[in-house]
Amino acid sequence: MWEYTEKVKDHFLNPRNVGVIEDADGVGEVGSLACGDALKLTLKVDGDKRIRDAKFQTFGCASAIASSSALTEMIKGITIDEAGKITNNDIAQYLGGLPKEKMHCSVMGRDALEKAIANYRGEPEKRVDGEIVCECFGVTDLEIQRAVKENSLKTIEDVTDYVKAGGGCESCHDKIQEIIESINGTPFKEKIRHSELTNIQKIRLIEETLEREIKPELKKDGGDIEFIDFADNTIFVKLRGTCSTCSASQVTLKHYVETKIKEQVSPELVVEEVEQ
Amino acid sequence: MKTIYLDNNATTRVAPQVLEVMLPYLSEFYGNPSSMHSFGGKVAHNIEEARAKVASMINASPDEIVFTSCGTESNSTAIHATISSIPDKKHIITSRVEHPAVKNLCEYLSKKGYRVTFVPVDRKGMLDVDYLYNSLADDTAIVSVMWANNETGMIFPIEEISQVVKHKGIVFHTDAVQAVGKVPVDVDKSKVDMLSLSGHKIHAPKGVGALFVRKGTRFSPFLIGGHQEGGRRGGTENVVSIIGLGKASELAENHLEEVTTRVGLLRDKLESELLRRIPNVMINGDSENRLPNTTSVSFEYVEGESILLMIDEFGICASSGSACTSGSLEPSHVLRAMGVPFTAAHGSIRFSLSIYNTEEEIDFIVEKLPPIIEHLRNLSPFWKY
Repeated sequence: MWEYTEKVKDHFLNPRNVGVIEDADGVGEVGSLACGDALKLTLKVDGDKRIRDAKFQTFGCASAIASSSALTEMIKGITIDEAGKITNNDIAQYLGGLPKEKMHCSVMGRDALEKAIANYRGEPEKRVDGEIVCECFGVTDLEIQRAVKENSLKTIEDVTDYVKAGGGCESCHDKIQEIIESINGTPFKEKIRHSELTNIQKIRLIEETLEREIKPELKKDGGDIEFIDFADNTIFVKLRGTCSTCSASQVTLKHYVETKIKEQVSPELVVEEVEQ
Repeated sequence: MKTIYLDNNATTRVAPQVLEVMLPYLSEFYGNPSSMHSFGGKVAHNIEEARAKVASMINASPDEIVFTSCGTESNSTAIHATISSIPDKKHIITSRVEHPAVKNLCEYLSKKGYRVTFVPVDRKGMLDVDYLYNSLADDTAIVSVMWANNETGMIFPIEEISQVVKHKGIVFHTDAVQAVGKVPVDVDKSKVDMLSLSGHKIHAPKGVGALFVRKGTRFSPFLIGGHQEGGRRGGTENVVSIIGLGKASELAENHLEEVTTRVGLLRDKLESELLRRIPNVMINGDSENRLPNTTSVSFEYVEGESILLMIDEFGICASSGSACTSGSLEPSHVLRAMGVPFTAAHGSIRFSLSIYNTEEEIDFIVEKLPPIIEHLRNLSPFWKY
């Protein structure tokens, strides 16, 4: 049983704005019967580019119906430009959240809205952008890249939850992993970790990990860290900012910084603080 | 709100008579059946009574029954016991429509160096037995085919298959979790070597199952430990649930006729009324070879999870083969193996009855469902009325 919010249940059981606007100014259709969900969105737009009316038809599960209903409520009365800024997360948030596995329902809403806006603006029907990665659900590399960037996705499972890619035969999992890594800047972590690294490679990876993962975390609490030296698999660092005066700094150093470094670079590494 | 429970292939209510016999084992009769004192010895004696009842239900001998924790453990034990006792044979035959307990285990074994043949089914869900026979090879260690399918209720010709497989000297196991208590299961007629059954599908509690192991079958325990279950399954017995399974087996034997007659008629009424009242409905499976309590109904152009949640508002419990209910993105592997079109697979609902269902409940369902399907179809961009 899915954990749906009261708002999802309400929009599912009492969907708003069901139907088709016959003389619509914008039409957006996404999904298919084969995929298991589909949405047709029709818009009526005023002279001042304000969405006067929106209606939907949806084939799909409760969260697909609720996402569509929520979308129509969100866009009625706002301008086309404002509507263009709505993200899938906005739809999910409007509903008080969706189960992770159902996020693709909010993505379907956003996609239909984009198509309807493009249709209203008289933009030509977009051909499929990019190259198909997931054959089962017809998802392209560009769609996956966008979902990874916009929602900070980290795993193949995340990608499947958001855009369905990889949810069928699974033969595209390697390609999806490459896309995730190319965006998150962790180039084939697994492969590097298990191979013999030279000192130069280790130093580069340490610097990268500090910059990308560790510093942003420490900065949240007003702290910082400086990479001083590297010898015999020991990383010498100086703690800065609030970290330098924090009584828990040793805990941070060993439990957070060292763990991260071991995980991202090499398990034999240790982190030591140099004298202030 | 009254619960109308038509999801008995998922699990069943514990029969009141079963609960009653179980309760003393949660209080005064707490002895360990392995103990030397008579306090524990009495419990051991009662376990043996339960074993005899389970054996009687499938016409086995009591010492051929091994109690387990569930159907999955029974299946895993059967397959592991066989392949580890004949390690040089690297081929397994099963069907494409097995329960995940067998299907996922076989897929796992295929990654561990086993060659696995997944025998297909036809459009009605019937097993392609010739394909199975043609797949039998010199290095086939075990054939494991379910007695009846949990989603469609399709019954496979186990008696015939077991004869052919046995004739070749190959071990034959059947997952009879859905068949027991719904159709006659007789291990004297069907020469299976091993057979799995589960307590909670026949009104015993969850957490207990049994594996029939025919005398003389090569066997090595899956759970290695104490000498319990004649050395075939280590671990202190789940006494209370075993007592429950014993009673439930006795009831199942007595209720079999009612299931095949009255419950079967209720199922037939449910089906025919749904077909009569709602357009674009199809039944998945073959009415000839089906469990009497099960129907898989596809409502075209709507999605199963939506149907389930809307009938849930009326207290009606069923399940669906749709993608959305499983958490995966593809509809049931059983319906896909049958080649059920996507339009119908996504909108499939399984109703599975038990002796506790009444005609009033069926009337209620066939009254509530048509407007729900109509409502969902009106929401759907594919429905052209």
